[in-house]
Amino acid sequence: MASRPTGSMSKTVEERDHVVIRFAGDSGDGMQLTGDRFTNATAILGNDLATLPDFPAEIRAPAGTVHGVSAFQIQFANNDVTTPGDHADVLVAMNPAALRADLDKVARGGTIIINEDSFTQRNLEKAGYASDPATDGTLDGYQIYPVPMTSITVRAVESLGVGKKEAERSKNMFALGLVSWMYGRPVDVTLRWLEKKFGGKPEIYEANVASFNAGYNFGETTELFAHQIHVAAAPVTEGIYRNVAGSQALAWGLIAASVRSGVPLFYASYPITPASDLLHELSKHKNFGVVTIQAEDEIAAANMALGAAFTGHLGVTGTSGPGIDLKAETIGLAVITELPMILVDVMRAGPSTGMPTKNEQGDLLHAMFGRHGESPIPIVAPSSPADCFSVALEAARVAIRYRTPVILLSDSFLQNSSEPWLLPDVDALPTIDPRFATPNGSDFLPYARDERLARPWAIPGTPGLEHRIGGLEREDRTGDISYEAENHERMTQIRREKVDGIAADIPPLEVDDPTGDAELLVLGWGSTAGTIRAAVQRVRGAGERVATAHLRWLNPMPTNTGEVVTKYRRVLIPELNSGQLTMLIRARFLADAKTFSKVQGLPIWADELEDAIVRMLHG
Amino acid sequence: MAEENGDVSGVATLTKKDFTSDQEPRWCPGCGDYAILAAVQGFMPELGIEPHNTVFISGIGCSGRFTYYMDTYGFHGIHGRAPAIATGVATANPDLHVWVVTGDGDALSIGGNHLIHALRRNVNIKILMFNNQIYGLTKGQYSPTSEEGKVTKSTPFGSVDHPFNPVALALGAEATFVARTVDNDRKHLTDVLRQATEHPGSAFVEIYQNCNVFNDGAFDLIRDKQQGLHNQIRLVDGEPIVFDEGTRCLAFALAHLSHGPTEPTCIGVFHEEDRSTYGEAVRSQLERAVERLGPGDLKTLLHGGDTWTVG
Ligand code: SF4
Repeated sequence: MASRPTGSMSKTVEERDHVVIRFAGDSGDGMQLTGDRFTNATAILGNDLATLPDFPAEIRAPAGTVHGVSAFQIQFANNDVTTPGDHADVLVAMNPAALRADLDKVARGGTIIINEDSFTQRNLEKAGYASDPATDGTLDGYQIYPVPMTSITVRAVESLGVGKKEAERSKNMFALGLVSWMYGRPVDVTLRWLEKKFGGKPEIYEANVASFNAGYNFGETTELFAHQIHVAAAPVTEGIYRNVAGSQALAWGLIAASVRSGVPLFYASYPITPASDLLHELSKHKNFGVVTIQAEDEIAAANMALGAAFTGHLGVTGTSGPGIDLKAETIGLAVITELPMILVDVMRAGPSTGMPTKNEQGDLLHAMFGRHGESPIPIVAPSSPADCFSVALEAARVAIRYRTPVILLSDSFLQNSSEPWLLPDVDALPTIDPRFATPNGSDFLPYARDERLARPWAIPGTPGLEHRIGGLEREDRTGDISYEAENHERMTQIRREKVDGIAADIPPLEVDDPTGDAELLVLGWGSTAGTIRAAVQRVRGAGERVATAHLRWLNPMPTNTGEVVTKYRRVLIPELNSGQLTMLIRARFLADAKTFSKVQGLPIWADELEDAIVRMLHG
Repeated sequence: MAEENGDVSGVATLTKKDFTSDQEPRWCPGCGDYAILAAVQGFMPELGIEPHNTVFISGIGCSGRFTYYMDTYGFHGIHGRAPAIATGVATANPDLHVWVVTGDGDALSIGGNHLIHALRRNVNIKILMFNNQIYGLTKGQYSPTSEEGKVTKSTPFGSVDHPFNPVALALGAEATFVARTVDNDRKHLTDVLRQATEHPGSAFVEIYQNCNVFNDGAFDLIRDKQQGLHNQIRLVDGEPIVFDEGTRCLAFALAHLSHGPTEPTCIGVFHEEDRSTYGEAVRSQLERAVERLGPGDLKTLLHGGDTWTVG
């Protein structure tokens, strides 16, 4: 075992409530890994946190260019953290391109740690700098710490017999060590992980440990850094925690739904950013009986999932924007055949290919109305990475109970970002009864209905329940094809009433209005929940009275939604689109709701929303 | 499943009636589809496959209605997607007998992608492609198997599209069973379908089907009793023309013997080979995962990785 840093605190310690750090470097610099490790150490220390990876759009952009910059942002605090932070207090820039790409994400007066060694003439040029920003005044007003990370790392691992390239590559561990010292992160967590990861390759392991220690010791012993910063643990509910990203939580929620219903999970999907991680994660868990198929295209994926649903599986297909367009016809088929199925849409920015790696909530109206004919479908949206778990379970419950496809609207922010998760008691998770049809001797009626208007789920292989379904309009009860005028109207109404009826089966919209006399309601949905909470906390801190509510089910909405949105004199709806929920709320409830809209592929920042709330209160 | 539950006496008593639904077929009088339906309903009881273990899946087109006339499980899907739906069904439950009924437009035009991928995966489905070389349901446009120069409503000056050779296409897609037969030769049709049923994996059967309304007589050279005598080249395994079903290149050559049913054309089984089926491969992977990782446990899954305890 390599020697550990002493960890003695010879320097002064400054207390802070919260800190935002951004690690940025070239794609090859290992910034995601660095961020991930820092996150784990932070979580184990007991801080609340939220993270956001920021990948470059190109897979292999030329090294050293702004396009090739990969970053990872984390906010951690001694209290409730709801977002990865508007602006970074600290930027670790591994090269000039990272500085150039991310300088505008650093708070004024913030700290910038640069890898001095990479600020060569050539790298500056590649990043598009005419002169060295570290010395030409560009960084005036920031606290700059130039650290020769590459050369110290190379020296630290010199004696270990690894090649120069490997040595240089471990400079991200130097950065991690340095920042770990600055914020007093536990060392053993990272060392244990290194041992697990590189235990089989002793040289690489030693090199990484040596670089990590070199970084840690550099912080402690050099005079560059005057003090350490301490962020106390956040007071949280007792229990066992882990850090979880939305894509994991969503996959595990689907698995949990399968376990708790006894219905095997069948996931078919076509690779697409940012939904592919769901396929990757689910395909690891075949020991749960999870069938995963990488289909030939988006349409096939949807149809395979639907075929599996017909056969008594929990059929799920996942995709993002362009894929949901392609699946629309199949969703219509699932609506008319009334089979349980889940469609996960991990929303991304823009029409067409748009900005695949950037975030947007642009598909709400598509999910609502994006099919020909009248084709109602339940829509549910998670509000945080960990919430993806319970939303997946919830989507499965409704799909199975009501024999209907359900659209789960996640987004790229939720999929990629992570947060600590208080692990649920798995035995206390709700069970789902699939109520498969069994023969009862009389003629089987595939479109007979129960009290929830759900039809029987009769799966092939069951003697006596042979029946035919399909995309043609059917007669109620018998399921025979029917073009009869009144029947079509009745079936249209039944399909709508069935979906509307789900409102009775979901909790009412909860309103957070501490003083009970707020004039303004901030209503949200999906991944903006954290930002809304942060902004409203600040506004309330300034003595304002503001209420909030967050919609989990977008269709149907909870039964009291109309009452809530018409009760407040003003309603503000922050959305990462041009006002799609606002349109639904206004149309449905004649409420005078206003949109706070942002469509830049970026999150809404808490401070801009704070301004908008204040303007609405006093404007 | 059929085999496991099968009480033999029950199987033995199955008749055509057990496979005939209460829906009245609604094809045009004289349509070749009737003969195919009768043949399928007629030979299924002999196989001892029970209706409840059988699923018919179809797409859009005249052939799509087939599903409604079989008293089995059935799924009438959307245009071109039947092989994808069937992949879901046959993979979710590899014990079922899954049939896809499709047409030349459905399978080769809008659904071409699903067809070739189902074939290469060797999904255990039997694909009956009714080739009438025309779009019937939409009232007479040329199809991807229509001959060049075909005059239809959408090609008043003649089609300039070169047609597919469906058998060659299936062979190229790595199909493990490829055959061609004709709608009006009950014996040949039944023989080919029986072999297709017995083949484990994807079976692609092109059936020359006469659309007497929009493309009457397209296959007369082959279908007609007298002309057929001269123009059918019957492929019989091991018999002259000395033929071996296991050789894909030979099958290719035979597929290309004619440019279409306008000259002497091969019918019969072109190619058959053994390859593990998709459903079985998926199932055995699930079983191996359980052997390797133990049966899935939700608590273990959630608590795997780094956790920490508060309080
Ligand atoms: S249009 Fe042609 S293929 Fe269709 S039912 Fe009529 S005869 Fe048969």
